[in-house]
Amino acid sequence: MASTVDASSRQGFKLSQLIYDTRYRSLTIQAIAMALLVLFLSWLVSNTVQNLSDLGKDFDFGFLGQRAGYDINQTLIPYTSGSSHARAAIVGILNTLLVAFLGCILATIVGVIAGVLRLSKNWLVARLMTVYVEGFRNVPLLLWIIAIFAMMTEATPQPRDFREGGTASMWLWDSVAVSNRGVYIPAPVWGPGSTALIIVFVLSIAAIIGFRRYAFRRQEATGVLLPILPVSLALFFLPSILAYFVLGGPVSLAYPELGGFNFQGGLHMRNSLIALWLALSLYTGAFIAEIVRGGILSVAKGQSEAAFALGLRPSRTMNLVILPQAMRVIIPPLISQYLNLTKNSSLAIAVGYMDARSTLGGITINQTGRELEGMLLLGLFYLVLSLIISGAMNVFNARMKLKER
Amino acid sequence: MNKTAFLGALTVTGLAAGAAAAATLDDVRDRGTLNCGVSTGLTGFSAPDANGNWEGFDVAVCRAVAAAVLEDPEAVEFVPTTGQTRFTALASGEIDLLARNTTWTFSRDNDLKFEFVGVNYYDGQGFMVPKELGVTSAKDLGGATVCIQTGTTTELNLADFFRTNNMEYEPVPIETNAEAQQQYLADACDVYTTDASGLAATRASFENPGDHVILPEIISKEPLGPLVRHGDNEWGDIARWTLNALIAAEEYGVTSANIEELSQGTQNPEVNRLLGTEGNLGEMIGLDAEWAKRAIMAGGNYGELFERYLGESTPVGLARGLNAQWTDGGLLYAPPFR
Repeated sequence: MASTVDASSRQGFKLSQLIYDTRYRSLTIQAIAMALLVLFLSWLVSNTVQNLSDLGKDFDFGFLGQRAGYDINQTLIPYTSGSSHARAAIVGILNTLLVAFLGCILATIVGVIAGVLRLSKNWLVARLMTVYVEGFRNVPLLLWIIAIFAMMTEATPQPRDFREGGTASMWLWDSVAVSNRGVYIPAPVWGPGSTALIIVFVLSIAAIIGFRRYAFRRQEATGVLLPILPVSLALFFLPSILAYFVLGGPVSLAYPELGGFNFQGGLHMRNSLIALWLALSLYTGAFIAEIVRGGILSVAKGQSEAAFALGLRPSRTMNLVILPQAMRVIIPPLISQYLNLTKNSSLAIAVGYMDARSTLGGITINQTGRELEGMLLLGLFYLVLSLIISGAMNVFNARMKLKER
Repeated sequence: MNKTAFLGALTVTGLAAGAAAAATLDDVRDRGTLNCGVSTGLTGFSAPDANGNWEGFDVAVCRAVAAAVLEDPEAVEFVPTTGQTRFTALASGEIDLLARNTTWTFSRDNDLKFEFVGVNYYDGQGFMVPKELGVTSAKDLGGATVCIQTGTTTELNLADFFRTNNMEYEPVPIETNAEAQQQYLADACDVYTTDASGLAATRASFENPGDHVILPEIISKEPLGPLVRHGDNEWGDIARWTLNALIAAEEYGVTSANIEELSQGTQNPEVNRLLGTEGNLGEMIGLDAEWAKRAIMAGGNYGELFERYLGESTPVGLARGLNAQWTDGGLLYAPPFR
């Protein structure tokens, strides 16, 4: 290597070597590509700057501190029309996180069940799941969101039908009202002493986890099985219920009641939230079902036959042999489905759900005229959120993948 | 070689940046059509008819400008915009003129960098409720669910109104008037609020308009008018004076019926200047002498347009009210054509 360099440097360096000499060619191409990329980016920036100055606009994030002036129906933190645009953006961001969180959970549940059932030997169940998967996977998400929203508003009774002598009545002993303005459910009221109750509950969850670890270790060491399920259930319920009565019932329920135009009290789950949540979950669930099915099918049949030959029951075969091997196939595409669901939640404006796109990327931009700044912030938010989700899922993946020793 | 590429790219950058600032009038003439932003459908103001042709009071402004500039009232490309997309569409140059019942406010004029060329409808925000609710005043609406179009001034007025009257409410944000209508008729909201003219237009398209009342309170001033981008005053002047020509034509009694006869020459020099038989107003604005005549012939003068699309003989059924000529006690007042 050294001798060839010496030889060429002795002959002198010619410009044509940049193209014809394989030692330099790749460097030349990279340098040109880099230069073009930099030029393109600087053109984008200068074009933007030029157009902004033509329009007489500046680039300034000061609008975030101004009074927003508009109201938001679903706020997870205190907010009024007198709050700032920044706070309105945070309200929207929290609403996005809420629907994405709920959606990921429900989509996983629906997807796993549908994926497993699609492999069922029961002809009807397997076909029904096929219809579900193909139906949701192949129709645009926006249509499902609007369809579910339309069903919620058109097919459910309006609040004044719940009046005495009206046509509608509440469900579950007058505690749940399903109306065309959303579902009203009883809300917990945290009285004095409820903190202690929560601590007891958290401790009992920790105890369950600790007990399971202990049981597994003991089984590894001695082969003796401990009754995990009954103990877990007992740990889950008994301490909390005991603490509830000892503390004198610190948590009560506020039931929704009809007053004025709408129901008052209780927890109001708006139709926009429900429609968006269900549509996102069912749509993404269909993709997850296929991922789960593919993951299970990827485990060789010999694995389950070997497990059966060792005398393992079907449920144990699934939990101990099939799923651990299927998981490493399932998790990576599952991450991208979670990312899809989170980003798809920006379709919220179709049903008037006030997510980050509707507040920061919609009304705020419209009232302040800061399209560029608002869209950059919005893009940054989705980027950071996606990176966090995929980072967390990668950690989970690293823990779940087969330990090779 | 890298240096050449760099210089070449610099040239391209310079050209692209230069092109962005070219005059709107030239762009429109080169294109042969006027890109006009309208609503996604509001009876009487801008809505497609059964044959898909856009018509309405705002649409007529677009057609008048197209007639003045391109000599063809049909040479308009209508771009439906929602409350949220309209300003971006105008600022980005996607449309040349926005005629979409848009309220003239200080911050839109100055902070959003637009130029309102006048007012074609003086309006105010009102509330519509179903009659069976028994509500007679907007002050009784505490706790109500209110359908509201997002990205509008009405959204801000609504927040202020309920705040000053110390009432709670539940806003249901809606993208378009059609959606609002569907939500309101499904009783997903108790109240629909927007400009009073919009309420009347929406109610006109209901199956049973009599079952709904518009409450007496008008909670804001909503001067609605067409607007253009900042930075091209010539284009803004053309839009402004086309609108003024329609208003002045009504004042001077120039109608689509008698305009041919009047353009032979009259005793009134102001009419002559308007119709281009005297003076050189067209030249001053960068158009030919008959620009205003064509704009008026496109659909008639302001009064004729009002009668055809919004007046008491139409389903919308609005009275002239504030939108009468100043000579009849209204607010319409076109500056002199001199």
